[in-house]
Amino acid sequence: MASIWEYANPVKFIRTTDRVLPWLSAAAVVTLLVGLVWGFFFTPDDYRQGSTVKIIYLHVPAALMAINAWLMMLVASLIWIVRRHHVSALAARAAAPVGAVMTVIALVTGALWGQPMWGTWWEWDPRLTSFLILFLFYLGYMALWAAIEDDDTAADLTSILCLVGSVFAILSRYAVNFWNQGLHQGASVMRAGALAGDTEERVSNIFAVPLFVSMAGFALLFIALVFLRTQTEIRARRTRALMARERMG
Amino acid sequence: MIALLTRDLRLGVRAGGGFGLGLAFFLIVTVLVPFSIGPESALLARIAPGILWLGALLACLLSLDRILTLDWEDGSLDLLATAPLPMEGIVSIKALAHWITTGLPLVLVAPALGVLLNLPGPGYLWVTVSLLLGTPALSVIGTFGAALTVGIKRGGLLLSLLVLPLYVPTLIFGAEVARRGAAGLEVVTPLTLLAGITFGVIALLPFASAAVLRINLR
Repeated sequence: MASIWEYANPVKFIRTTDRVLPWLSAAAVVTLLVGLVWGFFFTPDDYRQGSTVKIIYLHVPAALMAINAWLMMLVASLIWIVRRHHVSALAARAAAPVGAVMTVIALVTGALWGQPMWGTWWEWDPRLTSFLILFLFYLGYMALWAAIEDDDTAADLTSILCLVGSVFAILSRYAVNFWNQGLHQGASVMRAGALAGDTEERVSNIFAVPLFVSMAGFALLFIALVFLRTQTEIRARRTRALMARERMG
Repeated sequence: MIALLTRDLRLGVRAGGGFGLGLAFFLIVTVLVPFSIGPESALLARIAPGILWLGALLACLLSLDRILTLDWEDGSLDLLATAPLPMEGIVSIKALAHWITTGLPLVLVAPALGVLLNLPGPGYLWVTVSLLLGTPALSVIGTFGAALTVGIKRGGLLLSLLVLPLYVPTLIFGAEVARRGAAGLEVVTPLTLLAGITFGVIALLPFASAAVLRINLR
């Protein structure tokens, strides 16, 4: 029985992801296209928000992936700390810029949506604020990776920063809740009542199905990008090692 | 442990004038605020608690790279690491020394600077109390940041980028205590939460700082 830890071997990882990546990328493109085109052109306008509601097909999936990317980095960092698999550390490094971009997309689309709906580009609302703080955490994480020359030291330090940062990100999330009441609505897609099948609580299927397709598209896109970037990191490190060996010899 | 603390305190007070710099910075920030927003006393009174908190936080931030860098450069950190004292103890002492040389003086001058900003009457007590309770957290979190960046040359900007997001919860609750106190409102909830953050951070973060420092000393 093949264990998941086999993929900690860089060669095995690259071989497998090479095989998976074209399919994964194609699937990401197709689901994104289907989700976005369906969402933008084939859903009715909301009776109150008009067509601006359609920005939800970018905003919600991007926000979802912004948080999940950090969670993935957290898991990868833990795996690095516990089992010291280099692929894991590199995957965490590879995911950070993608997550940061997702955070920016969520913030920008949120601002574009907020302007017609709330009459303001920016409001110091808890959700908006905590996303901005999350973005700062991404920046600090990437800056620390970039600043340290030794690969293993960088991996160790950034993974501990990721752990500590996660705790503080959660603390900040609840602290800003305390600090200001918000304009942003609460969770409405994944409500407990909706999952239990209460139709009153649920976003209508006309909107929800393309939204779930877009979410799947963003997730696939994220996985494909992380695979690709991890491969690049592994190859870059291998190149550096080869060059160093050549200089020595 | 006591020996290390007294050594750090003595160095903090004597070496390179780092001791007064934080205070001078705090003073200058407070003086610059009315220049930038205007001398209107009602407005100043409203923002005074927040400005005092922000000024203290920045003054604290500026002195962070002194916690470990000097010891790192002259090699005494390596010696300390081989001492029988556990690394967790070393970083805790370092944070304590930083708090005594930087945080505590800031707390003590804050009421005096409050006068400049026209801080309302009950505010003096609560600004002092919230800073007294919050600045230890700033020092401990800052020590973690300093331990992360100790091996990096010219890591000052990076240190700020790493530490400032970590300061968010402390700042929110601390400034909230000061603001509510100055406005004469109930302060128990934010005060409790601030105390929770401070004590939680003191209890847990030295382990992370020590782990980071061990990696850097490898």
